[in-house]
Amino acid sequence: MTDLVYLYDGSFDGLLCCVFDSYTKKEVLTAIYSDEDFAPSLFATRTVVTDTAHARRVYRSLVRISPTVGPFLRRCHLTCLEEKELYMYRFVRKLYRLGPPLLRSLTDETYLPLLRAVRHLEHEVELLRGFVRFSELSGVLGGEIEPKNRVLPLLRSHFCSRYQNERLFLYDRTHREALFYADGRSEILPLEHFQMAGPDETEARYRTLWKRFYDTIAIRERENPRLRMTHMPKRYWNTMTEFQGPAYFRAQSSPADVRSPGAPGGTPGLGTPPAPLPPAPGSAPYKSAGES
Amino acid sequence: MDVLEKLTILTDAAKYDAACTSSGSRRSFRKGHIGNTTSSVAGCCHSFSADGRCVTLLKVLLTNCCVYDCKYCVNRRSNDTRRAAFTPEELAELTIGFYRRNYIEGLFLSSGVLRSPDYTTELMIRALTILRTTYCFNGYIHAKTIPGTSPELVTALGLLADRLSVNIELPSEAGLKTLAPDKTKAAILAPMGQIRQQWTANRQELVKYRHAPKFAPAGQSTQLIVGATQDTDLHILSLTQGLYDRYQLKRVFFSAYVPVVEHALLPSRDTKPPLLREHRLYQADWLLRFYGFRAEELLDERNPDFNPLVDPKCSWALAHLDFFPVEVNSADLETLLRVPGIGPTSARRILVARRVGSLGHDDLKKLGVVMKRAQYFITCRGKVADGLRFTPDSVLRGLIAAERPSLPQPEMEQLSLFTPAFGA
Ligand code: SF4
Repeated sequence: MTDLVYLYDGSFDGLLCCVFDSYTKKEVLTAIYSDEDFAPSLFATRTVVTDTAHARRVYRSLVRISPTVGPFLRRCHLTCLEEKELYMYRFVRKLYRLGPPLLRSLTDETYLPLLRAVRHLEHEVELLRGFVRFSELSGVLGGEIEPKNRVLPLLRSHFCSRYQNERLFLYDRTHREALFYADGRSEILPLEHFQMAGPDETEARYRTLWKRFYDTIAIRERENPRLRMTHMPKRYWNTMTEFQGPAYFRAQSSPADVRSPGAPGGTPGLGTPPAPLPPAPGSAPYKSAGES
Repeated sequence: MDVLEKLTILTDAAKYDAACTSSGSRRSFRKGHIGNTTSSVAGCCHSFSADGRCVTLLKVLLTNCCVYDCKYCVNRRSNDTRRAAFTPEELAELTIGFYRRNYIEGLFLSSGVLRSPDYTTELMIRALTILRTTYCFNGYIHAKTIPGTSPELVTALGLLADRLSVNIELPSEAGLKTLAPDKTKAAILAPMGQIRQQWTANRQELVKYRHAPKFAPAGQSTQLIVGATQDTDLHILSLTQGLYDRYQLKRVFFSAYVPVVEHALLPSRDTKPPLLREHRLYQADWLLRFYGFRAEELLDERNPDFNPLVDPKCSWALAHLDFFPVEVNSADLETLLRVPGIGPTSARRILVARRVGSLGHDDLKKLGVVMKRAQYFITCRGKVADGLRFTPDSVLRGLIAAERPSLPQPEMEQLSLFTPAFGA
């Protein structure tokens, strides 16, 4: 058997099509790469075309084994596990072979890495529900995060329902994508660059108030930096209000200096975030929180 | 005085209250409102302060003016400290401003006694009403009930808040008499009983009428100060258990006493807050709530205080060696939960995984069992871990070493000073 590498478009459906093709073409894979992180290799490579009908067939066959598998694999696909595609592919093959008992084998060498990766993802989502900081910029709430996993799809319903009467966006610097929400619709879209506008008077004041609250609430006699670090790893501090330098708390007299790249034309209105785009055809509009 | 200054004073005065969780109330969004408490169910931390404590709620006092004179409290009448008071409008606006920016999960409102308990509670009700109606705030609110407040006002407060609390603070009546002369046990227990009663009635009502107004849906909690009085751990833990049983409290919080005043009846000002003791009490509280332990199993008249060297669960295990070893492949959930190093999550995973095949020691680690602790107390397929030899002494030393990295810091150093000598 020769070593074979599949190349796919990075989408969840695309990955399911890798499974589909490997079965119909009777090929066993040694690696699956998405276009982005593909490095030329010595192995034979085939590009998998994403076909929604194929993806749906695979998905249905998996859900028939257990309804939990679908959502589980979707989550796997959002994790930062290295070579997650290959792990997922092997897991699926094994699942076809062994059926539901595999899902109880919590120590299985194929299943366990995925379980751990998803736990890591879910933990990060939980932390970020609290650690996300929004700023109000011209009536829109905007925030930035630097997560390891792709958390936006899982943070979506939480923030969109909490702030249902607001307009908001949340930019993921790591994965260069942003969640937009306005008027009951939300959308996650790729966004190459983004720079947050500076604060106006009111925003700067709230930042100051929060920092003061944060500094005051600690009990000096109990100081324990190590404990704080365990609960709130340093890598999150970068985007949290309470850990910013003095400049962050000063109102920007002319927000015009701050461009917000990423919006068409390059120079949108003063300090405004990029405008939410209308949902692309075929993409699911945001479900009202009552249903989710 | 501007709001920043007020915030500073009123946060500083509120920081000793330990309760900062938002758990236990699930209210999803309402049309036209801001906020939900769905993430609050698990208790959502928005930050951690420099002391490592979770910051969930905007925890402030409405005012730190107080007509009472509780000896242990910074806000007592006789203390010379700067006083401030939020107007209800200021407080509501501040809360919304913080909430919109995702700084907080909601508000924890407490207060010194301004004029009288009723007058103060009315002010609190005003602030919460503005928040709930003018700002359509649908997030989490925890309100403190002041002993001596009229029942009607407690009811009104409960209809606005998710959780109510009445702080007992001093674990015994003798402590109350000497240190909080304006409060009585009866005055504290009265609102507690009322809240329990109304909460239970409201639950039944909600079954019948889904849209009935909710009364403190997240129940009530209280706080006990540890180390201001001579009360033993046994006394505190039994009291805690009684509160869970009799008043259906959702949480009992413990607060290591930080000396803020010089007073003949209180520990001197250079006393360090008893963090390790507080930590042990929380561990034991956890055992009561999630592990099926009872207070009398953990402590008794002969051992009225927790062992500083090992956690209460290990301590129990060491005193009940005849209960062990537990065979992981056949023990029931209750038994598994008695094993140090096995928690509710890993116990449940064991139950799932062993249906597929019997488990070995390596598997347990993968399931999240802390083997450094569990190894002495379990067998897998009848065998202890390979190469493991131990005596009661070495078990104790092993357990102490396993816990050390997770202990509150200052005491950890003290411990490491005298551990080497231990067992000699
Ligand atoms: S009533 Fe409350 S605020 Fe007033 S002195 Fe006593 S504990 Fe402090």
